[in-house]
Amino acid sequence: MTTATAPQLSRQQTDELGRELDAIRKLVLADLGEQDADYIRSVIRLQRKFELAGRGLLFFGFIPPAWLGGVAALSLSKILDNMEIGHNVMHGQYDWTKDPELDGRSFEWDSACPSDHWRHSHNYIHHTYTNIVDKDRDVGYGVLRMSEHQPWHLYYLGNPLYAALLAVFFQYGVALHDLEVDRIVTGEITLPEKREQLEAIGRKVGRQTLKDYVLFPLLSGPSAPLVFAGNASANLVRNLWAFTTIFCGHFPDGTVQFTELQAAEETRGDWYYRQLLGSADIDGGQLFHVLSGNLSHQIEHHLFPDLPSNRYADVAIQVREICERHGIPYNVGGLGKQFGSVVRKIARLALPD
Amino acid sequence: MALIPFPRASLRSPARRLLRSGLLDALAAPHGVESYLEHLHPSFLPRGPRAQIAEIRHGAGSVTLTLLPNERWNGFRAGQFVRLTVEVDGVLETRCYSPACEERSGGEIEITVKAHRAGKVSRYLHEHARPGMTVGLSDAEGDFVLPAERPARLLLISSGSGITPVMSILRTLCTERHCGAVTFLHYAPTPSHVVYRQQLAAIAAEQRNVQVVFAYTRETVAGQLAGHISSEHLRRVACDYRRSHTYVCGAPGLIAWVRSRWADEGIERLLRTESFLPPSFATARYSAAAGMVHFSRSDAQVYDDGRSLLEQAEHVGLRPPFGCRIGICRMCTCRKTAGSVRNVLSGEISSPAEEDIQLCVSVPVDNVELAL
Repeated sequence: MTTATAPQLSRQQTDELGRELDAIRKLVLADLGEQDADYIRSVIRLQRKFELAGRGLLFFGFIPPAWLGGVAALSLSKILDNMEIGHNVMHGQYDWTKDPELDGRSFEWDSACPSDHWRHSHNYIHHTYTNIVDKDRDVGYGVLRMSEHQPWHLYYLGNPLYAALLAVFFQYGVALHDLEVDRIVTGEITLPEKREQLEAIGRKVGRQTLKDYVLFPLLSGPSAPLVFAGNASANLVRNLWAFTTIFCGHFPDGTVQFTELQAAEETRGDWYYRQLLGSADIDGGQLFHVLSGNLSHQIEHHLFPDLPSNRYADVAIQVREICERHGIPYNVGGLGKQFGSVVRKIARLALPD
Repeated sequence: MALIPFPRASLRSPARRLLRSGLLDALAAPHGVESYLEHLHPSFLPRGPRAQIAEIRHGAGSVTLTLLPNERWNGFRAGQFVRLTVEVDGVLETRCYSPACEERSGGEIEITVKAHRAGKVSRYLHEHARPGMTVGLSDAEGDFVLPAERPARLLLISSGSGITPVMSILRTLCTERHCGAVTFLHYAPTPSHVVYRQQLAAIAAEQRNVQVVFAYTRETVAGQLAGHISSEHLRRVACDYRRSHTYVCGAPGLIAWVRSRWADEGIERLLRTESFLPPSFATARYSAAAGMVHFSRSDAQVYDDGRSLLEQAEHVGLRPPFGCRIGICRMCTCRKTAGSVRNVLSGEISSPAEEDIQLCVSVPVDNVELAL
C-alpha cells in the first residue's frame, strides 16, 4: 500500500501541524458573517428555482427540448440540494447563523437516505474514523474492496460490477449505508436490532418515490411516462455525479488507508495528519466546486468539516503551503486523473494481490 | 439585514387551502411548499409571524419602533413580551421585548429598545433600523398580565426599560376607561432617561384615578422621589400597597427588594414580577455563584469539575447522544438554556444567552443549565 510514501512525522511535528491548522480554523470562525450566510441562502434560492423550472419544463416534456431542459434543471436542483446545501448544512456549517432553515440537526434533504442516518454514518463514523479499514464504513461501503487492507475474497471478483450498480443506484446505497447490511449478512448484528432504522428508510424512500414516480407523473396526465422518465433521469444524473465526486475524495492513487492499530492513541495533530493523508482534492473552476458541493476540496473539508464550504478554496491555499513546508504530500489532480485512478483501483482490487 | 418585501396582498382562501393541502407538501417534500414560496416570492405565506418597521423615534438612550405585524401574528395581552429576530452579520439574533402600547389582537405595536453598547441587537436596531425593514416576530408570551376582572387597586412599579410592559398595562386600563385606583411608580437615573415621560404626564393629567410618580436615582427633582426603592417611597406614594395588585418589572435589585418585602408581609399572592436583563450584564452579576451544572429535563445537578459537559452529564448517569467526542460530528449538540461555556478547541467563551452547544468540547464558565 501507499503508506510507505507518507513521511513519518515526529510528535513535535504533528503537534506543530495541529497548532497551525487550529490557527486557520480559528481565523475563519472569527471572520464568519453576512457574506457566508448570504452565500448559502443564495444557493438555496438557486436550487429552488432549478427545482421549479425542472418540474415545470417536464410538464411540457412532449416537446423534446423542454424534456431535456427539465431533466437538466431537475438534476442541478438535486445535485445542489444534496451536495452544496444538504451535505454542508448537515455538518453544522451554518449552525452559527441560528437560522432554523440552516440548522444542521433538523435539515432534511432530497435523497432516499434519512438525514438522521446520514448524520450518524457520515458526520460521526466517516469523519471520525476516516480511512481506518474496518471502522470507516466508507472504505468500500460494506460492498466493495477499496483497500489492500481488506483481505481478498472470491466475492470481490464482482468489484467493478458492484461499483457500477452502486453508481447507478447511489441514493439507495447511501440510504442503506447506516443499516450495515453486510454485518447483518455475516450475523454480527440481527435485523430486529435495525428495525427502527429500516422503518425510517422505508418512510423516506416512500415519500421520495411518491413524489418523483407517482404524484408528478400522475399530475401531468398524458405526459406521465415522460415525466416519470425525466424524474428517473434526473435522479440518475445526480447519482452518477455524486458517486464520481465522492469516490474521488478518498480513493485516488496516493490516498492512504489505515489500520486500527495505526490510528490508536491519536493526538489532535495525528488526527489532522490522518485526514490529510487520507483525502484528495480535485482541480477545477468555481462552477465545478459548487456543483461538487466543494467536495473537490475534500482535504480541507476533512480537516474542517464544520467550516462553511465556501471558505475551503481560501483555506486550501494555506493548507497546501503548510503541507509543502512539512513535506506532507498534498493529493490534487483533475477530475479525469483522479477518477481514472479510482476506476483502475476498483478493477485492480477485484483480483487477489 | 436583507430587506424582504412585506406581505401586502394576501392570497385568496381557495388558493391558500390548496397551498396548505397535503398534496402540495408531498410534491414539495422534503422542504415544504412555504420554503419554495418564501424564496421565490417572500410575500406569499411567510412561515410565521413577521413585522414591518413602520416608524422609528430616537430618544435619549433608546429607540422606539412602531411595528406592523403580518396577519399570522395573534396579538398580545398587556404586559406580555414578544421575541424579535433580526439578522446581524449573518446571524439571526433574537431578543425579548414587551410592547408598550395598549393590548390588541392585531395592528401596530410599539416597542422601545434601550441602547446597550455591548448589545448586538439593540445596537443594530439603533444604527440600522429603517422604515420598511422586516423583522421576525414571535407570538406573545408571558404571564405578567392583568386578571380578566381588573383589580380595583393597582400598584405598577418599573425601572429603566422595564417600563414597557407596565406602560402597556396602564394604557390598556385607560383605553378600557378603568376607574379603579392606579399608582404608577417608575425608577430612572434622571428625567431624560424616562422614555414615556410626556405620555405618562398626559395620562396623569387626564385620568383622575391614575397617580404617576417618578423616582430619580442620580438627580433630585422637586416634587419627585429620589434614590432606590424604600419603605419611605411606599409610604409616600402607595400606603395601601398591602391591598393592591402589584406588578413590578425592572432591574434585579428592584425585583429582589419588592419580593422580599412582599414575602415578609405575606402578600406575595398580590405580586407579579418580570425581569429583563441584557445577557452581557447577566453574567457579570451572577458569576460570583459559579460552579453548578444543572440538567433541567432530568432535574439533576452537579458541581462543575472542569471536565467537558458531556463527561459531566455521563457522570451523573445521563446518556446524551454522542459520536466522535472530539468536536467534529455534532451528535452531542444540546440546548444550553443559561450560563456561559468555553469551547476548548477555539477557546471562545459563549454568550450566556440560550443557544446550542457541542457538549463534548464545552466546559462551564459559570452556572450552566442544559436542556438534558
